[in-house]
Amino acid sequence: MTASHKPVPKPTPETQPFWDGTAEGLLRIQRCSACSRHYFYPRPACPHCGSDDVTWVTSCGRATLYSYVISHRPAPGFEQEGPYAIAVVELEEGVRMMTNIVGVEIMPENLPLDMELRVVFEQRGDVHVPLFEPAGGPNR
Amino acid sequence: MNIVIAGAAETDELGKLPHMSTAQLHLQAARNALADAGMTKDDIDGVATVGVPGPIQIAHALGIAPAWLDGTGVGGSSFLFHVRHAAAAIRAGMCTTVLITHGESGRSRVGAPRPALGPDSLIGQFELPYGVLGPPTMFTLTALRYMKETGLTHEQLAEVAVAQRRWAHRNPRAMYQDMITVEDVLASRMVAYPFHLLECCLVTDGGGALIVTTEERARRSPVHLLGSGESAESPIISQMEDFTTSAAFRRSGEAAFAEAGISHDDVDHLMIYDAFAHVPIYGLEDLGFVKRGEAGPFIAEGHTSPGGRLPLNTNGGGLSYTHTGMYGMFAIQESVRQLRGEAAAQVPDAEVSVVLGNGGMFASAATLVLAGHRP
Repeated sequence: MTASHKPVPKPTPETQPFWDGTAEGLLRIQRCSACSRHYFYPRPACPHCGSDDVTWVTSCGRATLYSYVISHRPAPGFEQEGPYAIAVVELEEGVRMMTNIVGVEIMPENLPLDMELRVVFEQRGDVHVPLFEPAGGPNR
Repeated sequence: MNIVIAGAAETDELGKLPHMSTAQLHLQAARNALADAGMTKDDIDGVATVGVPGPIQIAHALGIAPAWLDGTGVGGSSFLFHVRHAAAAIRAGMCTTVLITHGESGRSRVGAPRPALGPDSLIGQFELPYGVLGPPTMFTLTALRYMKETGLTHEQLAEVAVAQRRWAHRNPRAMYQDMITVEDVLASRMVAYPFHLLECCLVTDGGGALIVTTEERARRSPVHLLGSGESAESPIISQMEDFTTSAAFRRSGEAAFAEAGISHDDVDHLMIYDAFAHVPIYGLEDLGFVKRGEAGPFIAEGHTSPGGRLPLNTNGGGLSYTHTGMYGMFAIQESVRQLRGEAAAQVPDAEVSVVLGNGGMFASAATLVLAGHRP
């Protein structure tokens, strides 16, 4: 997938491992070695216990739908989409992130909260952005 | 030392004001507040404000030589923070009388550059790529989760806008005054499901200003600050810990109630920042006025409407009165008017008022407990 006119994130030193991961088709998050908890967004130390003994790990890429809106007023780059779902998903590892839901017709009845999802990646410029689709694959 | 609001005023007009710059809105509000307080600029030794043009220019433009400045900028709640910080500064002897100003050309955008959020910012990397377009697509993100977990219905969400319009109907300064029904709300244009246009705030031009000082220095019947609290949670909505409750709302409210030494039964009047219809629902629950899941039915049953037992957002709120972008100043102004007995839609015998301000999207919050008389 490509979408050249949508906003392209620009990595910073603390987020570079995340974006390096998405370029390889991997969804990387951080895990604290001291308290064994995962966290997201990228930060130099664990927000739970404060330890800086943290490592990058690869998420299984499975998630559930935590909440969303369906935007009826397109942002720049989204003009061709029709109404689109801006969602927050919860990864199996317990962390949440914003994303778009793809691979399903965007209607409330198709998007029950807690539905199972899986990560896919969309290339924008030099960056790959994580999106989520139904766990069973696209159904349209 | 008793800290009071000794002067409070808004700009002469609110709404669409393309003939006034952001700075003019600040300065007109400041002059109106000084006149309201019976003071001159020479009585002011502290200045607090947020955004453009900032406290240096506000002080300089008015000819004030400040001994204390506060540019705390944490969104629309900033003015509640300024009141709290001004109280602390006055008690600490840093200054005696603080002018707090707000001006925002939110609709006409005159002299109001938009803050740049680069693609390398936190939001630029982890939210903007998903097609968010301002607060209507971000602040609203929590609502479906709240609805699923509490059973709040679309009709109850719409009732928030209906209840506030009942207040605006009584307020000649409100931008929208015509009564509306739940059906009107649900028939209005979908902005970001589940939010319709009438469940989203206005976008207006306007300003307001306050003068905070000691009771001894006040020259007219002052409004007393009994307690205050402030807190923050996540800088981006996607990282809010629980989409059904605001930690910043809870923490700031608990601190303010504790300092004031009041209970919920003592509160006659309430202002809760309402950029979108779900925010007063969170506020009622997070401040502890009702239990989790009860706020929607509470509003739908009319308890916050005219004649109800907990009058809420009595100017019409951001949904119907005005919303420049940083609405918190207008919530404080309405509390002051109610406690002075000068409101357009006056609540009988309003003695204690609580103001909850939101900043960003559940990012920051501050709460003030105000009273018409010294306790």
